Amino acid sequence: MKIVALTGPETAKVSLGGIVKEISIALIDDPKPGDYVVLHVGYALARIDEAEAERTLALLAAEGSDALAEFSAAGEATEAPP
Amino acid sequence: MKHLDEYRDAETARRLAASIHREADTDRRYRLMEFCGGHTHAIFRYGIEDLLPANIEMVHGPGCPVCVLPTGRLDMAIRLAKRDGVILASYGDMLRVPGSKGQSLMKAKADGADIRMVYSTLDALKLAEANPGREVIFFAIGFETTTPPTALAIEAAAKAKLGNFSVFCNHVLTPSAIAAILEAPAVRDLGAVEIDGFLGPAHVSVVIGSQPYEFFAEEYRKPVAISGFEPIDILQSILMLVRQLNEGRAEVENQYIRAVTRDGNLRAKQAVSRIFELRRDFEWRGLGHIPYSALRLKDAYAAFDAERRFDEPYIASEGNKACACPAILRGAKKPTDCRLFGSVCTPETPLGSCMVSSEGACAAYYSYGRMRERTQ
Ligand code: SF4
Repeated sequence: MKIVALTGPETAKVSLGGIVKEISIALIDDPKPGDYVVLHVGYALARIDEAEAERTLALLAAEGSDALAEFSAAGEATEAPP
Repeated sequence: MKHLDEYRDAETARRLAASIHREADTDRRYRLMEFCGGHTHAIFRYGIEDLLPANIEMVHGPGCPVCVLPTGRLDMAIRLAKRDGVILASYGDMLRVPGSKGQSLMKAKADGADIRMVYSTLDALKLAEANPGREVIFFAIGFETTTPPTALAIEAAAKAKLGNFSVFCNHVLTPSAIAAILEAPAVRDLGAVEIDGFLGPAHVSVVIGSQPYEFFAEEYRKPVAISGFEPIDILQSILMLVRQLNEGRAEVENQYIRAVTRDGNLRAKQAVSRIFELRRDFEWRGLGHIPYSALRLKDAYAAFDAERRFDEPYIASEGNKACACPAILRGAKKPTDCRLFGSVCTPETPLGSCMVSSEGACAAYYSYGRMRERTQ
């Protein structure tokens, strides 16, 4: 969920793939348009930490290529994950 | 969509699954409990178990808020809703949960009780503002994720001197439930599974942080991986647990580090501690009575506490005796072990709470898993 606009001291409009709704931002510090938030029952519970998200994706990018290559090379069609 | 598509990528899933297959030790079993119903749902929806080797077993835990509410508390909500002048505001997934004697909020509504489905506590507050002559009771359920919104609503009502708003509080605490599952003596009586590691909840951990799980890792020597809700998050967390178990470690690792910190959301935790205090005892469906496992309103907010305002007694009730939800919630049984599953009990005609919420194990099995088991 991305904050598209602040609509009051404790409310904001968020968008998820084009669906826009009004939520409460009373539980997060210093929300700004452009922030991605974790939404639950109409309240933003946290802001997504962009730097940590990038670190996670970097870890994921490096994960398992060799293992997958091994499975494919061994031709373990029945054993290898789909 | 950013922060979503990346965690649903099929190629990444294949690579993670390949690592899990390569590293899982074929000489041992890995019984991993996903505590949270959101994870249970995602595991079925994305067919995560199909990607895992046979010796990794996902055990579905009690973290479905609708499922753990005991029938007696639901009966109380139904009785409150039937009182003259009351509007009961409830999250939608409670409406179809069976209470005792075939009752449900839905049936009470059909019989004339004024029950409104709300999406957020803000909607419940608006109902109270719009209906000054009526008593609006918010049926508050859920773990640490829904508690801060309830706290803020009570605070807002107090500030606005909204005299016709109150909360029927059923908020429960995740760490207490995990402790109840791990407490050996209780578990022996109830019959439960041995669990090797935990997938820690996503949203709950956003609020409480990773710190509360450190006790379980240390004291019970069970590794924990706090996991996001998307399929890649779950696979990466499973890999983290496999590695911890292989290396003999029992630590709290945080896969969902993009949203979870060690201390959690301080604003949310402070709001909760301003309004709520621990209840001495609360009954959970499936786990029984757990001391200090739930919250109630502090005395300063007694005027907003529906239990004190309406003096509605709690009458324990077993619900449908043939329903295996209690054992399923402890991970001791699978939905397919229940003889009512899929025949008499379906999401359209639920006999137990686990079949109602999409986070319930029975509903997840029915929607996504049943066909798979049949074809195996
Ligand atoms: S299938 Fe229905 S009756 Fe059986 S355990 Fe699940 S919810 Fe209860």
